[in-house]
Amino acid sequence: MSVQTTQFSGGFQNAPTDAAHAFRAAMTVMARPGETRELTGAQAPAPLSEAAATLLLTLCDPETGVHLAGGANTADVRQWLTFHTGAPLVSASKADFAIGTWAALCPLSTYRIGTAEYPDRSATLIVDGDTEANSEATLTGPGIKDAAHLSLPDIQTMQANAQLYPLGIDFFFTNGTQVAALPRSTQISVGG
Amino acid sequence: MSDYNFAYLDEQTKRMIRRAILKGLAVPGYQVPFASREMPMPYGWGTGGVQVSAATLTPDDTFKVIDQGADDTTNAVSIRKFFENTAGVAVTEETEKATVIQTRHRIPEAELNEDQILVYQVPIPEPLRFLEPRETETRKMHSLEEYGLMHVKLYEDISQHGDIATAYAYPVMVSDRYVMDPSPIPKFDNPKLEMSAIQLFGAGREQRIYAVPPHTKVVSLDFEDYPFEASKADHPCDLCAAEDSYLDEVILDDAGNRMFVCSDTDYCRSRRAAGHVGRLGTELGTEDAA
Repeated sequence: MSVQTTQFSGGFQNAPTDAAHAFRAAMTVMARPGETRELTGAQAPAPLSEAAATLLLTLCDPETGVHLAGGANTADVRQWLTFHTGAPLVSASKADFAIGTWAALCPLSTYRIGTAEYPDRSATLIVDGDTEANSEATLTGPGIKDAAHLSLPDIQTMQANAQLYPLGIDFFFTNGTQVAALPRSTQISVGG
Repeated sequence: MSDYNFAYLDEQTKRMIRRAILKGLAVPGYQVPFASREMPMPYGWGTGGVQVSAATLTPDDTFKVIDQGADDTTNAVSIRKFFENTAGVAVTEETEKATVIQTRHRIPEAELNEDQILVYQVPIPEPLRFLEPRETETRKMHSLEEYGLMHVKLYEDISQHGDIATAYAYPVMVSDRYVMDPSPIPKFDNPKLEMSAIQLFGAGREQRIYAVPPHTKVVSLDFEDYPFEASKADHPCDLCAAEDSYLDEVILDDAGNRMFVCSDTDYCRSRRAAGHVGRLGTELGTEDAA
């Protein structure tokens, strides 16, 4: 029997504990920029990775607007996300979470960066898949002992985002079952 | 146990708290508003810490709770039992064995490692609140990085008392941007705020969550001529002879006799188990059972 992927399949087997494990992975990478963790438990329709799907089920619900960027915006993904999370699908400028490839998510100027009094009212981007065009960056700042390393798409844009601190966008990078993160507080320099 | 969802809270509430924790980690020291829930304990008993712990715990965790350093006080015992019942987690009193430690007003003496998470119960998260009661104004002061008022307060301490009299909830600057209340820990603990573990702060009644990621720069506010000093009672522990731990003063009788003991009960116990004996102590295991 072949596995039939529908909008109803691919959810957590045991939502409370699967989400708890997934959140710990997500929290660990956000607290320690440059580190990578396994993130598994949910399967979304193509092109979303398992890590990205798990992150969506862990963090999104009817209270969070999600923007599906470019190739992630398929009928299958829309139905899957709506069934499993109930999250409203919104444009980039209103999104709490946006998901897609780096190219599809750009330009960053579209997303909310928070306000001076509420820097938390900002978007979180889930950059999914394709890391071929990435280049090595050295990270310093909160969560990093001396320096950490992470391969990033478009270091200049990331540096511009860090300049906005305490405003700005936070990033998760997902690929297969791996997740890493880059909060706005991290200072980025070119090279490993 | 199956009468409750894992770790008591419903999934949507946990997602909301988890999103707030992630924002808090991304902007260290900034107080993220969250929709604090009613918990089966009164506000002021650690509802903020409990909600953060509930959103953070996994079934694989080993949980420790301390209240003023002690594992065996009412607040610590009931919160530990709460998660034992609703999350089925293992519990411990030993700092080294715990993966998540919820604390009221102390940082454990033993150095925490990078696999541990320290969750603080916070009564008043706003360090400027007693200087400026209006939330609209304190929010503006944080946004403008306008912290002069806090320095005036510390200066007035010096002009009235000769030195900075603030002994607990001593304000810190986090990552060169936000002034933060480290919760009412004694200022003895302030230097430990730069640690390898993840630190999460939950204020239930005030509906705020904030965080300090590992190895984040945390500086206690002070003046060049009145530098910050992490003070403690000038005694060794009377049970375990430790000279490096924070001490509680215990009145023994009405003749002026008193003893000083480690506030961190696990630290004191492990030192006594290692054979250290203080002025009024006996070797562990030789106490009179009566």
